[in-house]
Amino acid sequence: MIFDIKHIVFSMIKDLHQKLVNQEITSEKLTEEYFDKIEEKDTEIKAYLSLNKEFALDKARAVDKKIKNGEETDLLAGLPCGVKDNICIEGLLATAGSKILENYIAPYDATVITKLKNSDSVFLGKTNLDEFAMGSSTENSAYQTTKNPYDISRVPGGSSGGSAASVAAEESVWALGSDTGGSIRQPASLCGVVGLKPTYGMVSRYGLIAMASSLDQIGPVARSVEDAAVVLSRISGKDRFDSTTMNTAEKKYEDLLGADISGLKIGIPKEYFAGEGLDKSVEKKVREAIGKYERLGAKIVDISLPSADFSLATYYIIMPSEVSSNMARFDGIRFGRSVGAESEKTGADYTLWDIYFKTRAEYLGKEVKRRIMLGTYALSAGYYDQYYLKAQKVRALIKKEFEEAYKKVDLILSPTSPTTAFKIGEKTENPLAMYLADIYTVTANIVGVPAISVPCGTIEAEGKNLPVGLQLMGKWFDEETLLNAAYVFEQSK
Amino acid sequence: MLSKDQVQKIASLARVEIGDDEAEKYSKELSDILGFVEKLNEADTEGIEPIAHITGANNVTREDKVVSYSNETKENMINNFPEKKDRLNKVKAVF
Repeated sequence: MIFDIKHIVFSMIKDLHQKLVNQEITSEKLTEEYFDKIEEKDTEIKAYLSLNKEFALDKARAVDKKIKNGEETDLLAGLPCGVKDNICIEGLLATAGSKILENYIAPYDATVITKLKNSDSVFLGKTNLDEFAMGSSTENSAYQTTKNPYDISRVPGGSSGGSAASVAAEESVWALGSDTGGSIRQPASLCGVVGLKPTYGMVSRYGLIAMASSLDQIGPVARSVEDAAVVLSRISGKDRFDSTTMNTAEKKYEDLLGADISGLKIGIPKEYFAGEGLDKSVEKKVREAIGKYERLGAKIVDISLPSADFSLATYYIIMPSEVSSNMARFDGIRFGRSVGAESEKTGADYTLWDIYFKTRAEYLGKEVKRRIMLGTYALSAGYYDQYYLKAQKVRALIKKEFEEAYKKVDLILSPTSPTTAFKIGEKTENPLAMYLADIYTVTANIVGVPAISVPCGTIEAEGKNLPVGLQLMGKWFDEETLLNAAYVFEQSK
Repeated sequence: MLSKDQVQKIASLARVEIGDDEAEKYSKELSDILGFVEKLNEADTEGIEPIAHITGANNVTREDKVVSYSNETKENMINNFPEKKDRLNKVKAVF
């Protein structure tokens, strides 16, 4: 099957909202159309793990009623969206792509979901991901590998590959993802859509199944920068359930787009273009984008971030360390699959220890176990100083370098991913090669800054046009400048 | 290079049962990754304080009081117990 993908640069959310408000369409009809598209395309794309048809249509009808009654509705009201399956929606499965949560029904709503419910969003279903968001291709999902809608022999990127593919294939208007080392931006780049990782502390992580708590952030995947801005305005803010959220000025980011960018200083870190892993044709597209920014009046500044070289190594200590701690909750005792629950059938007589060891061996996937093992080692007696403490110091070093850089520039520009979408199966046997897919994205998580991936062209490969993404990193809590610069780029010819 | 015994020790700390062939595979994969992160030793961190929280949040407190959840939420949680007796989570003896 060939998927006809339209690249759009207008706000699909505002467009559909207007049609709903003008009563040209109903949310019920729109939602049904999206379920039809999912039925038609998703046997191939495999973006969704589970669907939420009944509740979604109920919600859609409730929104239609509000509109009919002349009530004011939010921009997101009645619009069907996808939610990554590591984000809890009360009463729905939340597998996080893992067998160990195959039967886990979320008992409560994540804060972002509570907020989106207040906006009357319609949740189509839960999207596929690498198990517990650990991966860059969705190939680590315990259930299925999502296909890239631009070329189904290729990966959509990951871990929010289901969310990105659903948006690209028009199986959702927009979708929620989570980003620990690039899991929103890299799949957005590979699927030709917009992906935003907000500043750490901008969006509550309550109800997000934790991977690495000091790096995780929830954010939108959308068709346009304006759509990403609309979603950000509705999911951000301080939350008493996540003490790492900060008090930030509540802004309607979608109303702050389109400001002139002449004089805006954009830093080009030379280290990000020096690596041999960077595909030449990707580099060319990104350099063309830099040229475009220059023509738009931005000031291009060459900068150096020498510690950038240490980012990935820092990430691969801090992340698995936090993973090993967060994954300790999957012990077969309080929720999820357990060999103990099955022992009544099998007649096995397990001790408490057996339940821990066998449940985790049986129901956790190999990448998850690899990271648990790596983190356990890095945190174990005698190695803590050498690995974890050292990594936290290097993290401080990298942050300092960014603080210095942001005295000279407003934004930092780079490719999002060193390559376009790779073939399914190409990197599964070599974990380190897979980790390198995150080389440009992890640093924003390490230092906590906001970052966005915006499409900047396509490259032809084997008769298919594969999207390339441009990454912009902003200053802490300055999503406004970041989104505006991305918007101006997207809107210019 | 991590030995298979070291890998088994880590697996035991992590409460994951692994077979002999898996131990061998992990010994290679983990050693590769540890070799890669050795790069951190080149970073000069003399006099640098390790970072604990990236946005500088410190001692965030809230009122110490019980917030009750709805019966529905409670039932939802109980329904997720792998093994239960009435409304109690059934676990193996610890001792």
